[in-house]
Amino acid sequence: MTPVCELSDLRPDQGVAALLPDGSQVAVFLTSAGTVHALGNIDPFSGAAVLSRGIVGDRGGVPVVVSPVYKQAFELSTGKCLDDPSTGVPVHPVVVTDGVIQVGSP
Amino acid sequence: MTRTLVVVGHGMVGHRLVEALREKDVTGQWRIVVFAEETRPAYDRVALSSYVDSWDAGSLSLAPHDDDAVELHLDDKVVHLDREAKVVRTQRGRVQPYDALVLATGSVPFVPPVPGRDLPGCHVYRTIDDLDGIRATVESARSVGRHAGMVLGGGLLGLEAANALRGMGISPHVVELGPRLMPLQVDEGGGGLLKRLVEKLDLTVHTGTSATSIEQDRGRLLAKLSNGVELDLDVVVFSAGIRPRDELARSFGLTVGERGGIVVDKACRTSDEHIYAIGECANLDGMVYGLVAPGYSMAEVVADRLLGGSAEFPGADMSTKLKLLGVDVASFGDAHAKQEGALEVVVNDAVAGTYAKVVVSDDAKTLLGGILVGDASKYMSLRPLVGRPVPGDPVALIGPEGGVELTLPHDAQVCSCHAVTKQHIVDVVNSGEAVDVPGIKACTKAGTGCGSCVPMLKKLLSECGIEQSRALCEHFDHSRADLFEIIRSTGITTFSELISRHGRGFGCDICKPAVASILASLDQGHVLEGEQATLQDTNDRFLANMQRNGTYSVVPRIPGGEITPEKLIVIGEVARDFGLYTKITGGQRIDLFGATVDQLPQIWKRLVDAGFESGHAYGKALRTVKSCVGTTWCRYGVQDSVSLAIELELRYRGLRSPHKLKSAVSGCARECAEARGKDFGIIATENGWNLYVGGNGGFTPRHADLIASDVDTETLIKLIDRFLMFYIRTADRLQRTSTWIESLEGGLDHLRDVIVNDSLGICADLEAAMAKHVDNYADEWRGVLEDPEKLSRFTSFVNAPGTPDPTISFREERGQKVPVLLGVPSVSQAEVSR
Ligand code: SRM
Ligand SMILES: Cc1cc2nc3c(=O)[nH]c(=O)nc-3n(C[C@H](O)[C@H](O)[C@H](O)COP(=O)(O)OP(=O)(O)OC[C@H]3O[C@@H](n4cnc5c(N)ncnc54)[C@H](O)[C@@H]3O)c2cc1C
Ligand code: SF4
Ligand code: FES
Repeated sequence: MTPVCELSDLRPDQGVAALLPDGSQVAVFLTSAGTVHALGNIDPFSGAAVLSRGIVGDRGGVPVVVSPVYKQAFELSTGKCLDDPSTGVPVHPVVVTDGVIQVGSP
Repeated sequence: MTRTLVVVGHGMVGHRLVEALREKDVTGQWRIVVFAEETRPAYDRVALSSYVDSWDAGSLSLAPHDDDAVELHLDDKVVHLDREAKVVRTQRGRVQPYDALVLATGSVPFVPPVPGRDLPGCHVYRTIDDLDGIRATVESARSVGRHAGMVLGGGLLGLEAANALRGMGISPHVVELGPRLMPLQVDEGGGGLLKRLVEKLDLTVHTGTSATSIEQDRGRLLAKLSNGVELDLDVVVFSAGIRPRDELARSFGLTVGERGGIVVDKACRTSDEHIYAIGECANLDGMVYGLVAPGYSMAEVVADRLLGGSAEFPGADMSTKLKLLGVDVASFGDAHAKQEGALEVVVNDAVAGTYAKVVVSDDAKTLLGGILVGDASKYMSLRPLVGRPVPGDPVALIGPEGGVELTLPHDAQVCSCHAVTKQHIVDVVNSGEAVDVPGIKACTKAGTGCGSCVPMLKKLLSECGIEQSRALCEHFDHSRADLFEIIRSTGITTFSELISRHGRGFGCDICKPAVASILASLDQGHVLEGEQATLQDTNDRFLANMQRNGTYSVVPRIPGGEITPEKLIVIGEVARDFGLYTKITGGQRIDLFGATVDQLPQIWKRLVDAGFESGHAYGKALRTVKSCVGTTWCRYGVQDSVSLAIELELRYRGLRSPHKLKSAVSGCARECAEARGKDFGIIATENGWNLYVGGNGGFTPRHADLIASDVDTETLIKLIDRFLMFYIRTADRLQRTSTWIESLEGGLDHLRDVIVNDSLGICADLEAAMAKHVDNYADEWRGVLEDPEKLSRFTSFVNAPGTPDPTISFREERGQKVPVLLGVPSVSQAEVSR
């Protein structure tokens, strides 16, 4: 588990990116429902590390982030791509202790 | 072996024949040689009167035959026909053999033998040259004050000519020999109402009389009418009917009708089996058709016959619907109840100014025809029912409540311009080839002629069950326009309040940016303020355009494309210092590519300090107002296009809208700024400005349409204010102005009514809304630089600010850096279909 930021650094429905010690990147989200999620930051469709900059919302009640590049939706809790179930992004475990967000390996 | 088809006349019907044959002749059996008397290729004669709006002949153009198999000789009339040798000879001496010959020579206006009819100032109304002649007469008119004109003939064309004269600033007198206006189409009751309605519009109608002489009188014309009235005039237009141009046929021994017209059979063949005649010059079953749709049918028949087919002329619908001087008039079927025992049912509402009549069979069971004046909205549903059972009580068909819902039978013709049946439309819709009106237009041509069937196309779409849902997305049942009104009237300022009160769920990438755009249009503060930041689409989120590798581009505003050397140097220095790829855009400004999120504020700090502002290249907002150099430098310029472009760009900068907005100003009709390819384009005239709306490039290019001409700058800006605000309030999300105008019930005419004539009474409100925008404008990038909270979000990594994204790398091309590709992106279907 790597501490990446404080919970108070996050704003609802607005992701941030964090750099992990192995050089990989995670996109960390706080939803307006109050849950925290961490997904791989690389959008598999463009190869760009930008998933943290997508719009957060829901599809049919399922919380998702939508890639800012070509607009595919990824389920926040599973990383699965709803527009192409054969793809997805890794999900990182997250814990929040004393207001600090820690992210683990997928 | 290739055979040669010679076509005489390149009018609308000749043009259609060439198009139809080229489309059907897949094996290239025919080479086509066309001789045209006029100096320009075929144009839209039906729309001739609109020439007066712009004096731009190009706006009437029909699609050119871009085709090696077609040879078009302009300004070269056919004067001789040798049927034995199968050769024609032209005025310029060209000799052309043919295997088949088609006469598509149209007709000429009939000019009654009134003494003085050849005097200068007397004209007919048929060609672009005729209208140029009328214009020249009007411009050289000597009278002071408003000029006067006379149109001889109160039929359909005469009223159209009168309207065109009005457009040239002339008060027209309409002189009709018959007892009422449009005697062929309407009856006494309808004609009476029509007269009352048009007289409100500065037209003087004289019925039951005719001109006995025209004389020259102190530099003007004096017309004497048979009822003793004398009129002082500047211009006279004859519009007393047409005569088929059958002179070639007559001289060279083809059979012509008693009252003119080249006699043809149902295959459109003349008395010589190698010669066909089509359009207004043909006489079929004793009828000469003065409308374009029957001519088009004949062209299709001949194209088929030339390829060995056996098509026959299907008969023609002589129904007409038109909007003259703002008055709807429609007549269809047996409008005059000529059939034995036919019954007439009339609803004459003098207060509302509407007159409606239906004609039914003696047992009141079959609809035979009808006339509508003042309100012709029922035309499209009644006309196709001619010859079919009346659904219910005939009065109910035209009664004020219009009680009966009409469903069309499947073989009913919906589009009479292109002879498209309901079945055809339903087929393309059910097979999924078309899902909306533009789709139907593309698949069937329906709706691309006079446009009067478009409302019916919409109805058919919903009959087929594809009522295009107005719901914005799964979170809102409202359309964007509804949400706009909800937000405007309730004063809601946040997305969360809106969705909790009027929607469901958490929102998505469709409704969030749409609401963000509405809030921004209503000037609810900075677009990255508080919750608004989370609503913004990709590019707005960082006020820059995201590139394929996750970097951003920077486009400072350069109003009108004018820039000082000092500012150019600043851009150059910034690009050099941050290592940005630099490119001149298609919008007359400069794009700097390859900036990381962390660099954006540093770059903008330098630019803002040097006096630059955001160019909104990232926003659904005003992009650029392009300009040409105009009077300042150009020897042809008639107005200062650069100053106007800058004024407009500064006025509307930062204005958020349903889709991006582009504009341009050209200093003369040469149009170097490509204004007609823009959402709103302005072209200078000697007297002011012409305003065009609804153009765009992009996926479906469309030329903008003229909405006002020769207006001064103040009026122009007022009209643009209204146009833009009306668009912002009522368009769908991501609907450019072009498709928005097409989607408006009543199209461009309706738009003109709203923003020029203020028919909805909302213009003051629209102008006030724009004034508020202009007053509240503030540069978005300065807003970020001055707010540490907003600035803090411009970091690549929350736990390592300033560290560049390790996945981004560049290589060099032609001396500048470009991104190393991250594997070619595969765009999924989900994205494409959105
Ligand atoms: C930079 C530029 C190309 C260039 O190098 O010249 C450009 C670049 C882009 N265009 Fe464009 N367009 C550019 C002029 C045009 C023009 C020509 C013009 O404006 O005179 C057109 C056709 C005219 C029109 O819009 O009607 C044009 C029609 C489009 C369209 C199709 C719009 C349509 O209605 O079909 C899109 C897609 C869209 O907006 O949804 C688009 C979208 C884009 C985007 C924003 C794609 C995107 O979302 O990332 C490109 C962003 C590049 C970037 O990262 O900066 N661009 N684009 C031009 C910027 C002009 C400027 O200074 O602002
Ligand atoms: C102002 C106006 C409004 C109209 N509005 C409508 C409307 O709303 N709805 C509707 O259906 N119809 C309307 N019409 C009628 C419609 O324009 C005609 O029906 C249609 O243009 C007929 O086409 P055409 O090709 O047969 O004849 P034309 O368009 O007249 O073309 C014939 C061409 O042949 C050329 N020609 C003639 N003789 C020769 C020769 N010997 N050699 C070479 N060339 C020759 C002529 O110069 C002409 O260019 C309107 C007409 C006018 C003038
Ligand atoms: S044409 Fe296509 S690739 Fe070129 S700049 Fe415009 S959007 Fe990009
Ligand atoms: S009826 Fe004229 S376009 Fe369809």
